[in-house]
Amino acid sequence: MKFTEEHEWLTLDGDEVTVGITEHAAEALGDLVFVELPEVGGAVAKGDDAVVIESVKAASDVLIPLDGEITAVNDALDENPALVNEDPLGAAWMFKMKLANPSDYNDLLDEDAYKALIG
Amino acid sequence: MAELLLTALAELHMESGAKMVPFAGYNMPVQYPLGVMKEHTHCREQAGLFDVSHMGQVILRAKSGNTADAALALERLVPMDIAGLGENRQRYAFFTNEQGGILDDLMIANCGDHLFLVVNAACKAQDIAHLQNHLAETCDIEVIEDRALLALQGPSAEAVLTRLAPSVADMRFMDVARVQLAGIEAWVSRSGYTGEDGYEISVPNDVAGVLARELLAAPEVEFIGLGARDSLRLEAGLCLYGNDITTDTTPIAAGLIWAIQKVRRTDGERAGGFLGADIILDELVNGSAQKRVGIRPSGRAPMRAGTRLFADKQGATPIGQITSGGFGPTVQGPVAMGYVGADFKDLGREIYAEVRGKYLPAEVAKMPFTPANFKR
Repeated sequence: MKFTEEHEWLTLDGDEVTVGITEHAAEALGDLVFVELPEVGGAVAKGDDAVVIESVKAASDVLIPLDGEITAVNDALDENPALVNEDPLGAAWMFKMKLANPSDYNDLLDEDAYKALIG
Repeated sequence: MAELLLTALAELHMESGAKMVPFAGYNMPVQYPLGVMKEHTHCREQAGLFDVSHMGQVILRAKSGNTADAALALERLVPMDIAGLGENRQRYAFFTNEQGGILDDLMIANCGDHLFLVVNAACKAQDIAHLQNHLAETCDIEVIEDRALLALQGPSAEAVLTRLAPSVADMRFMDVARVQLAGIEAWVSRSGYTGEDGYEISVPNDVAGVLARELLAAPEVEFIGLGARDSLRLEAGLCLYGNDITTDTTPIAAGLIWAIQKVRRTDGERAGGFLGADIILDELVNGSAQKRVGIRPSGRAPMRAGTRLFADKQGATPIGQITSGGFGPTVQGPVAMGYVGADFKDLGREIYAEVRGKYLPAEVAKMPFTPANFKR
């Protein structure tokens, strides 16, 4: 598992990554009440808006972590945004994407680097 | 920035694992480990304890010694019937300005030999100056700095507080009383700002922690932070000063006509005589250009304060904006309130809100969003 500075986690399977938000992010956001997922298909670039998540407190964006194409989204989050608080690293994955350059994955933060980031 | 003020319960908040945030110059608990959603639900189902010590507590005494004189003097600042407020009764009120706007909302209680006021934290310095400017000749104004204020709210509040003082069961909504609670002299009102039955309890700072611990020891009671306080009052359709009512909103636009008793209205025995009376009494008859309404978003996306409202889904005709909005844990969906042009105020009217560049449908809806549970 790799991480971004924007508190996303990624796992790689072939040239496809699964993306979600970290426990640290879910904890900081508080109870989630709304998740708006992106559309499947079409090229997306690192830094584009991917997912809108709203907690009881405020709205935040999850960004596209690497260049590629969105291949799947987790529709279960439409019905049950609280899943993000319950199981952020598992059942509450947000989207999958096929990477334009699979080697980009290696440049992401490893677990130790991410832990150092969040202190 | 000036150092944040602490309430008498600061230590207890830390012990309880509260997440603290700056609010109106105070370091206040926004949530406890339970989290906003569960705190909200707990208060609706059992009982919640809130630290509202940041709010201002003020005593007004007539220099004449006759409280009726203080009541009449205060009526120059609020469009309420204060002279007719019975002993040991409390009333919702607001200070108006000459433009008919609202300077703050507050509670006013008649405690026999004095009037007791509870005002918002963010407005208290300005409110006290306002009282001094207008009432210093007729009243002694005492700002209470040495007492904390707790709110115990929810359907189990009566059962919990009755264990400490059986007499509080006999209080009705908006009654006030001096009560001994666990040996502490408390000023209790049967009121609150959650839409639930409950009490607000003023106690000396040095024993506030003792009482709070005693209340928290009851199995029905959880500490509730400002986060859930906001969603509770929003579902109850209650205004937050600074958001839903301001100096730019009149009481009529805000839908607070019910709070202006007949005796202060045109043709009433003590009609007018408060700041902005000409504007407010005119609007009372002829209506205001804008009206505060409840809003239910049709989808799941919350619509928050500042969201602009439109008559049409192209966003061509602006009609107002949302002043409070979020997720209602009891409603289990998004709820909001805001101001729309008077032509759009009818229940069921479809309107559109601009959320992240899209115009999402919503409906003008009845408030409160959850039924009030006051003990009338």
